[in-house]
Amino acid sequence: MRTRLVTVLLALITALVVIPGPAATADEQGGESLSGQIGQPDDRSQGVEGIRIVISDGDDEVGAAETDSDGNWEVEVPGPGTYDLEVDQGSVPEEYELRETPLVTEGIVEVEAGDSSTLIIALTEAGEDQSQEEPSSSPEEEATEDDEGEGADEESIEVEGVSGGFGDRFAQLTAAGLLFGLVIAVSAIGLSLIFGTTKLINFAHGDMVTFGAMMALLFSTGAAGMGNSLLAIFAGVGTAILLGALLEGKVRPTPLIVVQWTAVLGGIALATAMGVAGDSIAWEVPLWAAAGISVVMGAVLGGTMERYLWRPLRRRNVAMIQMFIVSIGLALILRHVILVLFSANRTRYSGFQVQDLVHIGPVSLPPRDLVIIGVATVALVLVGCLLQFTRIGKAMRAVSDNRDLAESSGIDVDRVTLYVWFLGGGLSSLGGVLFGLNQVVDYEMGFRLLLLMFAAVILGGLGTAYGAMVGGLAVGLVAMLSTLWFPTQLMEAWALALMILMLLFRPQGLLGRRERVG
Amino acid sequence: MDILMILAESARSAVGPVAAIYALAAVGLNLHFGYTGLLNFGQVGFMLVGAYGLGISVGVFGLPVLVGFVVSLACAVVLALLLGIPTLRLRSDYLAISTIATAEVLRYVYRADFAGPLTNGVYGLQNLSAGFRSINPFDSAGRYGFGAFNFSGNHLWVMVVTWGLVGLFALLTWMLMHSPWGRVIKGIREDEDAARSLGKNVFAYKMQVLVLGGAIGALAGAMMAVHQAAINPDQFKPQVTFFLWAILLLGGAGRVLGPFIGSVAFWFLMNFTDGLLRGLGSEGYLPFLSGPDFGAIQLAFVGLMLVLLIVFRPQGLIGDRKEMLINVK
Repeated sequence: MRTRLVTVLLALITALVVIPGPAATADEQGGESLSGQIGQPDDRSQGVEGIRIVISDGDDEVGAAETDSDGNWEVEVPGPGTYDLEVDQGSVPEEYELRETPLVTEGIVEVEAGDSSTLIIALTEAGEDQSQEEPSSSPEEEATEDDEGEGADEESIEVEGVSGGFGDRFAQLTAAGLLFGLVIAVSAIGLSLIFGTTKLINFAHGDMVTFGAMMALLFSTGAAGMGNSLLAIFAGVGTAILLGALLEGKVRPTPLIVVQWTAVLGGIALATAMGVAGDSIAWEVPLWAAAGISVVMGAVLGGTMERYLWRPLRRRNVAMIQMFIVSIGLALILRHVILVLFSANRTRYSGFQVQDLVHIGPVSLPPRDLVIIGVATVALVLVGCLLQFTRIGKAMRAVSDNRDLAESSGIDVDRVTLYVWFLGGGLSSLGGVLFGLNQVVDYEMGFRLLLLMFAAVILGGLGTAYGAMVGGLAVGLVAMLSTLWFPTQLMEAWALALMILMLLFRPQGLLGRRERVG
Repeated sequence: MDILMILAESARSAVGPVAAIYALAAVGLNLHFGYTGLLNFGQVGFMLVGAYGLGISVGVFGLPVLVGFVVSLACAVVLALLLGIPTLRLRSDYLAISTIATAEVLRYVYRADFAGPLTNGVYGLQNLSAGFRSINPFDSAGRYGFGAFNFSGNHLWVMVVTWGLVGLFALLTWMLMHSPWGRVIKGIREDEDAARSLGKNVFAYKMQVLVLGGAIGALAGAMMAVHQAAINPDQFKPQVTFFLWAILLLGGAGRVLGPFIGSVAFWFLMNFTDGLLRGLGSEGYLPFLSGPDFGAIQLAFVGLMLVLLIVFRPQGLIGDRKEMLINVK
């Protein structure tokens, strides 16, 4: 088999060598050139058109270019050497100005033989240097928008514009940390429970968070063709899984399978019909209802993964390492399908951006943050009650403690695992909606949160639900309070440093049982 | 759309500098995962410190390029020690989480404002390859090769050095794995407790592997810096690690030639799907997709490839199925 594969590969390569291909491709067309892309300061993927760039050699102009609609420009230069670069300030649109990098101020470019260099020319919002110090015209309003201008770091989590003395900032950041911690805790419980019941580290959990936020965005801003189609598919698959979970073992398998597949195929057929119908069936609901829909869909997504991917893999005795890699693959698929469907824009839930602050002692929060804290707390208490007092909750904890023992004492482990995935998926969706309400919604938000969720579950003890709650709060507080002394960009780094410290001194976590983890 | 042209172009880039750099990093990952069973999901962190070790030495302090390579290796050794001491004693799922977290933290640190004087923040470093190209024996303006395989002198020089390093380290891997040291390493992968009960210091062996594989990753990062002449922190996102895993699993983990075959096949597939999608797009067959979507579809395709490989052919193209049935203890 192996030799055959290698032979085929070699044959393919030989065949390709013989085919006379194109002599060269655009990016290395022999000669030397300079090129680059100029993007808008708040979103570098959006190009700025019509900026003129002149390249000269001493006093002789050797070439000039204007950026096209995607912001790309390219100038071919006659040969290696040192050139002067000048960006025509007049051609820069009025709302922007050039970022003062050495390249722009000195304008010297060295070009080597055969080199096609990419130069970085960046824009900033015009007049931001002056406006930064100005007091906000409406101090009672949220200050989240104003930091977007200063080339806002699209990677980091925003910290509300806090000001005042140390005590005030401390109180304010504690509140922000509490909120952030609750969001992490809500999202991380599923991760921890899933690890507990199946020993799987679900790298796709972050993208389930993104999924939740995106679904809420979709249904609260008007769901037409795509939203209806997604709903139809999820309804079909969800019915099939629920039927399976409730009726398996009670009815004969053949009719059950037929009914299940009818539900799935019916869902797909309905989805196609909805997709064709397109915008003619358009509707939209308020955000709280959209959040409800998104939680249900998140639960179905979790259940689908468990029922149609993880359970078959477990039956095949696929090793744990392989499962991790499958979950990474799944994360990549989910994230980029979301990217294709919803594009890379960073959006916020509309209608909740500008709110009057509510003052509670030294802390001022917009009402939406109070709602987030309330919803998250209620969700955590409900999950706690579920785990503590109900039969299924007890079963979850039992399976999480010791899968084999639970199985031998008569618990249907597969069914419990399925419910854990429902719960985890739903909670991660809820976490996504809350996170998106507090920050922005984009396709990578979940992955950023994933690392903090890892920190939370390790801090609290891998596999324990209450540990994830405690760990989430601790991680949120540490991340936010670190901005008192350290740059905001490093807040995630501190949370992860906390995790590494925990691994050094108490690897089983705050609430984990002492057992061999080495 | 010319399918033969897409095939030829894909084959050309399958042996090009980028494939060589990823193959080199995958050789390091192969040592970690393929032979020792270490779940390193942060190989990109080693590439990052390697690239910036060279970038800062050459671009900021103006040191010779060879010193840059030495600094890269030193950075990787330091990172491996810092990463290994807390995590190598733990179960491998903890190692997986901490490596992916460490790589991301490194990226945050390198792109942070306070590191700006050294790393130039999100804008990265430029003009890094002059020293490397000054010792280029090929004519940098000339074209070399035949048929579809046609490269500029500079690219050829990067390719020769990087593929040379791949060959060198593949040979080193082969020799190590046929030594008593290598047998202990494989023993650790199969059953850590058994190795421990024979009196082997498992922690020390794992640490040695982590350092060695990390250093190879750092070399790959440094080659990336001299190849592109410019680096910025956002090139080192976790998906680079996932590419490396796809390469390793495609080629066959625990095989000396796995990373080589994997990288060539992976980049062939990547460029082929890209060319095909763009070709179909420009012909108007994909009206519901626009330019940026193709990149996303490609990444989703990498994810699908990982899933399908693990489910249906965990040993990859040339691997041994028995060797891949190891489990986390």
